[in-house]
Amino acid sequence: MLEIRGLTATIDDKTILNGIDLTIPPGEIHAVMGPNGAGKSTLSYVLSGREGYEVTAGSVTFYGQDLLAMEPEERAAAGLFLAFQYPVELPGVGNANFLRTALNAIHRRRGEPELDAVQFLKLARGEVKKLAMSEDMLKRNVNVGFSGGEKKRNEVLQMAVLKPKLAILDETDSGLDIDALRIVADGVNAQRGPGFSSLIITHYQRLLDYIVPDRVHVLAEGRILRSGGPELAHELEARGYAGLVGESAEAA
Amino acid sequence: MAATPLRTPARAPNAALAAFLTRYDGLRERLPGPHEPRDAAAEVLREMGWPTPKEEPWHYTNLRPVEAQVFHEAVAETGDGTRLIAHLPAVAGPRLIFVDGRFRGDLSALPPDVTTSTFAEGGASSGFDLLARPKRDRLVALNTMLAEDGAIIDVAEGIDGGFLLLGQLTSGQHRRVASHPRHRLRLRRGASLVLLEVSAGEGEYLHNPVIEIDLAEGAHLTHVRLQQESAEAFHLSTVYVDTAARATYDSFSLSLGAQLGRSEIHARLGGAQAAVHLNAAQIMGGTQLSDFTTVITHDAPNCASRQTVKSVLIGRARAVFQGRIEVARVAQKTDGYQMNQALLLSPDAEINSKPELEIYADDVKCSHGATVGALDPEQLFYLRSRGIAAAEARMILVRAFLTDAFEAVTHEGVRAVLEHAVETWWNTTGRAAEALAS
Ligand SMILES: Nc1ncnc2c1ncn2[C@@H]1O[C@H](COP(=O)(O)OP(=O)(O)OP(=O)(O)O)[C@@H](O)[C@H]1O
Ligand SMILES: [Mg+2]
Repeated sequence: MLEIRGLTATIDDKTILNGIDLTIPPGEIHAVMGPNGAGKSTLSYVLSGREGYEVTAGSVTFYGQDLLAMEPEERAAAGLFLAFQYPVELPGVGNANFLRTALNAIHRRRGEPELDAVQFLKLARGEVKKLAMSEDMLKRNVNVGFSGGEKKRNEVLQMAVLKPKLAILDETDSGLDIDALRIVADGVNAQRGPGFSSLIITHYQRLLDYIVPDRVHVLAEGRILRSGGPELAHELEARGYAGLVGESAEAA
Repeated sequence: MAATPLRTPARAPNAALAAFLTRYDGLRERLPGPHEPRDAAAEVLREMGWPTPKEEPWHYTNLRPVEAQVFHEAVAETGDGTRLIAHLPAVAGPRLIFVDGRFRGDLSALPPDVTTSTFAEGGASSGFDLLARPKRDRLVALNTMLAEDGAIIDVAEGIDGGFLLLGQLTSGQHRRVASHPRHRLRLRRGASLVLLEVSAGEGEYLHNPVIEIDLAEGAHLTHVRLQQESAEAFHLSTVYVDTAARATYDSFSLSLGAQLGRSEIHARLGGAQAAVHLNAAQIMGGTQLSDFTTVITHDAPNCASRQTVKSVLIGRARAVFQGRIEVARVAQKTDGYQMNQALLLSPDAEINSKPELEIYADDVKCSHGATVGALDPEQLFYLRSRGIAAAEARMILVRAFLTDAFEAVTHEGVRAVLEHAVETWWNTTGRAAEALAS
């Protein structure tokens, strides 16, 4: 269960998040849509603990823990995962090694047994296959020379291996071809269940045809301006944000 | 206000050198080999002293901390050697072990396919190979004056000598000592050898080895150097290499230890199609100073030289890289490459680098580049967001930074030794330095 209450955050004294309220119960998938620059990625970064943001008000609890007081690695071990909008390249770091180090670091923190190279490769190869990726990707350096779509798939591979309780997917659908979109959606749907929830940031209704969300939220001007069921995404697709953002401005 | 002329304060007398010269007077009759080169070296030192920062090659490395000390003659007890040997990496295979600059047969295992003897046992009688230039290189003069022993290694024509460990241990734990081993390596036509040279020890000491290397036509030497001296040690080493046609000198120097260390390599490409690789990594913390100084002389056409030098610095550590490449008029079609990269893990760390190209031939390809940077916060966050703790994430990025330098070490066993040494360094010195910095 993720509970965000009145979250306000600034970068260099500029307010980007301006009182976010959002609750994602276990097992639910929520979509967040909103115009460019609305603060969607900022929200995902603040939740995962990136430096450079100042939280000036509000609170975030994750399965009862004060998320904002935790280090990024502690949040990961608690079950939070962020699929980056712009995955980072790590030259000189092998993809398989990176993933195994991450998985074992999380296991260690939780007091679970670590996987040896053989056990890990078996697991990773299985997930690679499900995502229709080439096994070669495991041998290459993390994201180095990957195409845009390959980087996104690599994020989903990490999610599949690390098995988070809450996955934030920040525009994971952008840059994916039609087949890949389907495969990635299948990957997310495969995780679905009472122990898995997700916050899917997207600009396109299309992904939500494959991963049908429980709730859809509109984030603009640093706040959740509207929430609704899956039909809200269709409405936005048809009408855009202009009316919504305007309405709120009038209301304010 | 009346102008008072500025004066540089007079440099205090060099106590270390004075004591070494006195020791030479007492030791002279007992030292092996002819007196002439030693007397000449003593004369140079008496007249010129040893290098100060006023001399260009020593601009960045001040030997003053060494000068203030008096170093005693090492009289290691037998037990010391057996204990010190634990500082050597755990690699199987033949080994030549020196403790305080003297050969220790009891700790060594002679290589099957390589002829070895010692400097003390007659190697000295053939004199000092005169690749060394004591007037210019006065620490080599110091070595020439006081060297007692060293390894004489000879690989016969066409022979693959396999792997050999050269261990140099110094016992400074009882009192401050100095050792000046003098090694000589000769690979005849088409011969090859993988030499892992390790310097280690305990306590406060000066280790001043000189290695002269002669590679005949088509010979191939892989020379991996691991400097993991004690934290209080001074390490001042000089390597001279001369390559004949089609010979390859492939070296990698990893420096981790010593409070003040300098590795100097002079490599001459003397025959066509020879190749010289002087790669290095210096990983330093605290107030350590590490200096890697190289002079590559292209004296023949169609030769290649390659250098990738990486420095990783924490705390207030400082690294120096001076890389000089000289291309003589005859050395047409020279292919020279030099890359110097530093990773500064704290705001007080510092790198001084000085590339120097002196090119007299007109048809050459020489490139050099340099980068200085900190760890990328985006990469660090990416790793941490996947559950990897900050310190481990930093180690992963440091290792990634070193990767392409280490890839040059193709002998797997030796590369594993280097990687293990870096890992150990990180888990002790590195983490401690990090804790202090943060
Ligand atoms: N480091 C920064 N310094 C200054 N402003 C920033 C910084 N990072 C983000 N911003 C600003 O914060 C606002 C929100 O950015 P954010 O990346 O969260 O938007 P987004 O909703 O994810 O947009 P998009 O749909 O284009 O990905 C933007 O106006 C952006 O310019
Ligand atoms: Mg964004």
